[in-house]
Amino acid sequence: MVRFIDLTLNGISTGAVYAAVALALVMIWRATRIVNFAQGAMLMITTFIASSVIGSTGSYWLGFAVALASGLLLGAIVERVLIRRIEGGPPLNAVIVALGLLILLEAAAGMIWGNTPRSFPPAFSIRGYDVGGTHLLFAPNDTFTVLVVFAVAAGLGLLFRRTRLGLQMRAAALAPEVARLLGVRVGRMFTLGWAFAAFAGSLAGLLVAPSVFVGPNQFDSILIFGFTAAVLGGLDSPAGAIVGGVVLGLVLSYVSGYESASLVTLAALVVLIAVLMIRPGGLFSTTRERRV
Amino acid sequence: MSTSAGAEPSSAPNRGWRLRAPAGTLTRSLGLVALAGVIFLAASEGLGSYEDLQLASGAYYFVALAGLTVLTGLSGQISLGHGALMAVGAYTFTLLVGDEHWALIPALAAAVLVSALVGALVGSAATRLRGPYLAGATLALAVGLPALADKYTGTFGGANGLTINPPTPPSWLGQSFPLERWEAWIAGAGALVVVFLMHNLAHGGVGRAFRAVRDDEIASSLCGLHVGRVQTLAFVISAACAGLGGGLLAVVLQLAAPGAFGLGLSLSLLTAIVLGGLGSQLGAIWGAGVLVLLPGWTDSIAHSFSLSTQVSANLPLAIYGLVLIVAMLAWPTGIQGALRRIIAAARRSLVHGGHSDEGIVPSSPGEL
Repeated sequence: MVRFIDLTLNGISTGAVYAAVALALVMIWRATRIVNFAQGAMLMITTFIASSVIGSTGSYWLGFAVALASGLLLGAIVERVLIRRIEGGPPLNAVIVALGLLILLEAAAGMIWGNTPRSFPPAFSIRGYDVGGTHLLFAPNDTFTVLVVFAVAAGLGLLFRRTRLGLQMRAAALAPEVARLLGVRVGRMFTLGWAFAAFAGSLAGLLVAPSVFVGPNQFDSILIFGFTAAVLGGLDSPAGAIVGGVVLGLVLSYVSGYESASLVTLAALVVLIAVLMIRPGGLFSTTRERRV
Repeated sequence: MSTSAGAEPSSAPNRGWRLRAPAGTLTRSLGLVALAGVIFLAASEGLGSYEDLQLASGAYYFVALAGLTVLTGLSGQISLGHGALMAVGAYTFTLLVGDEHWALIPALAAAVLVSALVGALVGSAATRLRGPYLAGATLALAVGLPALADKYTGTFGGANGLTINPPTPPSWLGQSFPLERWEAWIAGAGALVVVFLMHNLAHGGVGRAFRAVRDDEIASSLCGLHVGRVQTLAFVISAACAGLGGGLLAVVLQLAAPGAFGLGLSLSLLTAIVLGGLGSQLGAIWGAGVLVLLPGWTDSIAHSFSLSTQVSANLPLAIYGLVLIVAMLAWPTGIQGALRRIIAAARRSLVHGGHSDEGIVPSSPGEL
């Protein structure tokens, strides 16, 4: 029973990280209809920046803040410099450009920081709670992970639903021509969308770095599972990204706990296919007409 | 994903909707194969053993790419999981040759058959999925399937994989015939079979059905095409090609190991067909060339500067990433599309006596 609780809580906290990556992918998909395969490398860069800041100043929270800020900046730069040129083009070309950026950023990180993964400090203690005499694996740092992801998701949800800026961003994504006619700076909204998405991504990097370490290729699996979670939930639904992330985190945690860690990727495949066979547009898809 | 490939040979308008290959396609593709075969033999004669190996790997990459370009370029479905389908072919081949001592050709045929079956499974699931959802499902396939090799270590050899003996060149070629050239010939023969079949397919009724479904599913189902069946067929065909490619890879490398068929392979296959030019056989050839030659070039570029190991170890990858980005921005229709535009411009300037007012203007991808 303790093992079940351990696995469940562990699933929720890793699921929260997948949810953050999925959220980043969903926001970019909604804004520009591009699956950002470079997200894994972008959050790797910001986590390396955090690692450098923490290493030179000794302050975790300064590194945390700098990483989030650089995430915002990196997202905006990538959109302005690269994505702006391929928006509206063939979708596969955008995929290839994103893959090219992924490879380029990973190589650049290897040049700057080296290919050997380095450790990364957690925000809070990773010693598990003691509840009524039993020692759990769930630790204060996991509480922080779950809370901060849900807080950011809720904040982004409020931003999109309750503010004027959010309305403009949704309008730009759903009907760019009409939005432009109504005076929305559509291009600027896309840039902002990418910036917020990269912000969520860099948060995921900071949260997962203590367990996977920081290295050029250390975040590849986070991207894969984040994408799986986004597809699971439905790429158009931020709420779906959160649910998809937690569901995937739970399933993978049970599989690796009760079966074997090597089956995790296979389990992700099975879950994804099973869900997509029943709901081809993800869990949170709404029925939509296809244009004739 | 409604991928509109700009590099698409336009069929003559008066052909209409005939569902059989136009007369002459068969002869034309036979001629094409004969020509390609002569070029291949002539090329392999003059090469050293390393270049022969490169030729062989170009051939098995081409086989897999030719199938993927039919799937993505003609039928408009994306697959990030073709590396896994190559793995199916490679493992089938090594198991049959290593454990059951099958001969080369039956084992290759079995590899094609098994991967086509897997392709039918994936394809029937894929018909329900669109764009990024299909990408996600096939990505999960690329990552998940190699895990089977770890689970069933007894059969698939775990992380070390399975090894087989190299093929022996027949005695009538002489004692000193190099092994690498024989491997290149085997892989090249497979590639020629695929050229013949895919050229016929692309120019016949099946190819037309693929393009119709890609461009407009609803209109093509109004025309009597069963959209789901057509899409599944595209998956089966491309999976069969991937299986043959994987089998040929196992012939050349004498090895099937999960590390060779990771996500990296699947992504480079997709990259290669888009970079080469989506939907055409020539594009698949350029793509195979890029896959085989680019690593060597980037390595030699990286080592021509005197840099610290940390930088020079990562420089080839950086160049590769940069090439992908720049190529996609400069040639949105891939190498084949760019070549076609250059040739068209050159022809126009010859006809009009040097006046080429259009055609060499770089097309802006945003307006496609």
